[in-house]
Amino acid sequence: MKLIDHSRVLNHMKPRVSFNIFFRSLFLLATLFGLLVLGILLYRIISQGLPYFNFQFLQNLPSRNPEQAGVYTALIGSIWLMAVVAPVSLILGVGTAIFLEEYAKKNAITTFIQINISNLAGVPSIVFGLLGLTVFVRAFALGSSVLAAGLTMSLLVLPVIIVASQEAIRSVPKELRHASYGLGATKWQTILRVVLPAAIPGILTGGILALSRAIGETAPLVVLGLPLFLAFLPRSVFDIFTVLPMQIFNWTSRPQEEFQALAAAGIMVLLILLLLLNTIAVLIRNRYQRRY
Amino acid sequence: MSETQTQKSVKGNNDTKLVYKTNGLNLWYGENHALKDIQLNVVENEVTAIIGPSGCGKSTYIKTLNRMIELIPGVKVTGEIVYRGRNILDKSYPVEELRTKVGMVFQKPNPFPKSIYENVVYGPRIHGIRDKKILDQIVEKSLRGAAIWDEVKDRLNTNAYGLSGGQQQRLCIARCMAIEPDVILMDEPTSALDPISTLKVEELLQELKKNFSIIIVTHNMQQAARISDKTAFFLNGEVIEFSETDKIFSNPSDKRTEDYITGRFG
Repeated sequence: MKLIDHSRVLNHMKPRVSFNIFFRSLFLLATLFGLLVLGILLYRIISQGLPYFNFQFLQNLPSRNPEQAGVYTALIGSIWLMAVVAPVSLILGVGTAIFLEEYAKKNAITTFIQINISNLAGVPSIVFGLLGLTVFVRAFALGSSVLAAGLTMSLLVLPVIIVASQEAIRSVPKELRHASYGLGATKWQTILRVVLPAAIPGILTGGILALSRAIGETAPLVVLGLPLFLAFLPRSVFDIFTVLPMQIFNWTSRPQEEFQALAAAGIMVLLILLLLLNTIAVLIRNRYQRRY
Repeated sequence: MSETQTQKSVKGNNDTKLVYKTNGLNLWYGENHALKDIQLNVVENEVTAIIGPSGCGKSTYIKTLNRMIELIPGVKVTGEIVYRGRNILDKSYPVEELRTKVGMVFQKPNPFPKSIYENVVYGPRIHGIRDKKILDQIVEKSLRGAAIWDEVKDRLNTNAYGLSGGQQQRLCIARCMAIEPDVILMDEPTSALDPISTLKVEELLQELKKNFSIIIVTHNMQQAARISDKTAFFLNGEVIEFSETDKIFSNPSDKRTEDYITGRFG
């Protein structure tokens, strides 16, 4: 006796296939929605900012006269900020991830630390701004300097880097570690020569996300007291400076049409900087990308 | 340097041929008593096979011989394993030193995602050998020793992941030989390989035993019969029988050994 009635199976075929098509279309729509919004945004910014976006714009200091205004100080300031944030957050973040994954014993304390790191990722950026103001600007008397802002931003993006690096380190197959230990390697040699090279693609993915966030954040820097208008460059990490989002924020808050267009051009510069950073990271990542 | 000297003096004094002497070894995974009062001696330049059904503790035992077992959390070990006159379970015995003398080949081929050359020199490099000429010689000697030189000599700088499974395993054997160990532990080295690759590894073992003492865990009884000098039969964490391979397979003294090798269980 057959337990399956094949005519019913055939009848059931059509709704199953339609559902399949329905969900496929649904997910495609979801993807297209995001793309559409991004497209509108880019179109608006480029159409508005393009007339002002030229070499002069990159080289000029900010000015009251929109025709002569440029992003030079803000652009250089953003690069200074990245020069502090990238090493500080990567060294601290990857170091923490290595300790938690490779050295720390799995006990209640590590679980507690782990939960708090994840929680930190959800703390609003303005709170980090207040922390930076209290600790770096005032207690360490660093003022609204590159260093104070860089350290604050590093703290802000640290949780993202730690969690991403942990994921990457955890996903390195244990067979590779065993091969290394089996040849008499110490833990550190194994981490340096086997674990990190295999984990670098994942770590950099986290790093890209984190730096992209740091380069676009404005709120904590407002709290730190970064100037909206600055006509000179920082000479060291202890000097006052400003960054692209602050400059853009300044321009958008002005009523004149021209400054709105300048803001759009400023956003274009920010996007290009972001794209450059990502390209570098992707290139490094591809160099190390390996399959297991 | 002094280490090798003490080794030699120990060899000179005692019964020289003994590599490993296991005394009353007990091991627990948490509450699970995985190895029970193991007594086992391993003799120089012999192939010692360990057979037994899944979960009998044979892999656990071989991993204790180079203390890889410590990587598993919640393991407790008592008793002693004397290697060349020193108890390796003594915490003062540096585990890195032990593993430079006792190499290991794993169940699944596990080359590093690096070039063939870099795989072989990994061990010597971590032990501080930087001279390119010496490293080149080590690479050729090890790859020849593992019977894979002719297959890879023209592509030493290509990624090891491009090799077949059997070639990868022989590369892992070469990588292990590159640190010039005294003993090679093999944990089911052919279980992931096809019959032809298995045959190649088995032939290789006959060559290797001239220079190394080999302890091999295997699921395959024919393999144990073909390649080993001595065989230990493990069951439920105990050594049921340990003697000459010929005797185990032709005239076992324990009923359970006989049942196992004749395929009545396991």
